[in-house]
Amino acid sequence: MAVERTIAEINEKIKQGKAVVVTAEEIIDIVKEKGVKRAAQDIDVVTTGTFGAMCSSGAFLNFGHSKPRIKMTKATLNGVPAYAGIAAVDAYIGATALPESDPENRIHPGKFLYGGGHVIEDLVAGKKVKLEASGYGTDCYPRRHLETWITLQDINEAILFNPRNAYQNYGVAVNTSNKTIYTYMGVLKPRMGNASYSTSGQLSPLLNDPYYRTIGIGTRVFLGGGIGYVAWHGTQHNPTVPRGENGVPTTGAGTLALIGNLKQMSPNWLRGVSFLGYGASLAVGIGVPIPILNEEILASTAVTDAEIYTTVVDYSSAYPERKPEVLGKVSYAELRSGVIKVQGKDVPTTPLSSYAKAREIAQILKDWISSGSFLLTEPVQLLPSVEAGIELKSLEIRNNS
Amino acid sequence: MVVNKFVLRFSSALVDQPVIYHLVKDYDLVINILKADINPHQEGYVVLELSGDSENYNRGLEYLKSTGVDISPLSGTIFWNKDRCLQCGACTSFCPTGALKMDQDRLVDFDGSRCIVCESCLDVCMARAVEVRF
Repeated sequence: MAVERTIAEINEKIKQGKAVVVTAEEIIDIVKEKGVKRAAQDIDVVTTGTFGAMCSSGAFLNFGHSKPRIKMTKATLNGVPAYAGIAAVDAYIGATALPESDPENRIHPGKFLYGGGHVIEDLVAGKKVKLEASGYGTDCYPRRHLETWITLQDINEAILFNPRNAYQNYGVAVNTSNKTIYTYMGVLKPRMGNASYSTSGQLSPLLNDPYYRTIGIGTRVFLGGGIGYVAWHGTQHNPTVPRGENGVPTTGAGTLALIGNLKQMSPNWLRGVSFLGYGASLAVGIGVPIPILNEEILASTAVTDAEIYTTVVDYSSAYPERKPEVLGKVSYAELRSGVIKVQGKDVPTTPLSSYAKAREIAQILKDWISSGSFLLTEPVQLLPSVEAGIELKSLEIRNNS
Repeated sequence: MVVNKFVLRFSSALVDQPVIYHLVKDYDLVINILKADINPHQEGYVVLELSGDSENYNRGLEYLKSTGVDISPLSGTIFWNKDRCLQCGACTSFCPTGALKMDQDRLVDFDGSRCIVCESCLDVCMARAVEVRF
């Protein structure tokens, strides 16, 4: 009889310490050995992981009220501006925000050594962070300026809210021009001197549940070393992309919007990063548990790097000009071998997402679940999938007239 | 046969002395200069690999010290901060000598003895986990 399980049944086993949990890497050999049917009978949860730069990340902070009170219209943390266009002492610090004093790319390529991602890392590490704020003064909020030092523990709320994380697959970046270029996919050497890629492949959350059959709003996840939740589908979530026979998208597709309490996260899994000539960002560690509700779901988690394909894109022209051309298709097994072939040329590969850390996250999440300290949640609503007919929109430049 | 890499720092008074010439001529040492620079204050540094039989090597080092050149092993000038490293491996595709490489488990490791201080890794590391301290 085919395996059918509910999340409630799996949670019952987790509470009893009887749940069988393996990582998305371990499941590959198990399925090779036992087959899908047997493996689905034996295994309750498969854990995934990813750790890489995710620019669409940031944190809502509530600083508490000063005496006298201020309605902040501008706020900076260690010089990095936070968005203060919400209530009096609420602000959002975004991962890519830069201090006004940053030279950016005026001396190209800029280094971007400190930005919003680094502020978030410093806060999570418990460091003192300088808050400067100004407002225009009102009868109820008379103060116009303040300077003080805060720590994560001093402030009321700190909520990591990342509008787009955990991209389901991503293109490979190369540079066909004659000069080095500096991108969010790292430094790209001229004449296809290297090819960067940035997913954890067979360990990556959404590549293990390609049609989002288990992941949805309310799914409890590993986020930044603590507990987080799927808040929504991420921005640019696009299930309507070409997929292989195994259902795995061959280009960027689904995304997750994630939320969690920053106060229980760790600087090991939230790290400020700097891309030469591009900007600052935040490396985020994410792990999603996949409940094995049936054989089909299990079969998807057994996907290997050799079965996940992605497209090669020229970041010297096709990408910046938003042209659809691709230079080829490669598998993650080829990418991880260190060299890929693009249009007949051997190109060394540059990994940007940490496979070793992704493996560590999947392992930690496995340990949490096995030890009974992490229960799965029933999604309130699954993420929109292929049948939702989502069409990714582009921005057209229109004249005022 | 002894082989080692050093950073030699020359004060402005020493920068016009043919020190390397003497290492080759008088001590029969094999010199491979990996990098060198003189700053506007007329101070200079040379990163080099020094090899020769142990007696010549030791006498050559004594000579170097006697000139007043500041000598430090290269391994003390490049720092790979393992805790800062995100283990992405991006640096390994820019390192020309394999000093930064990934092992079977896809963990990054740094072998200082292979480093030639080209500094290619410094800015391609998004975590800025490699530092040069000259």
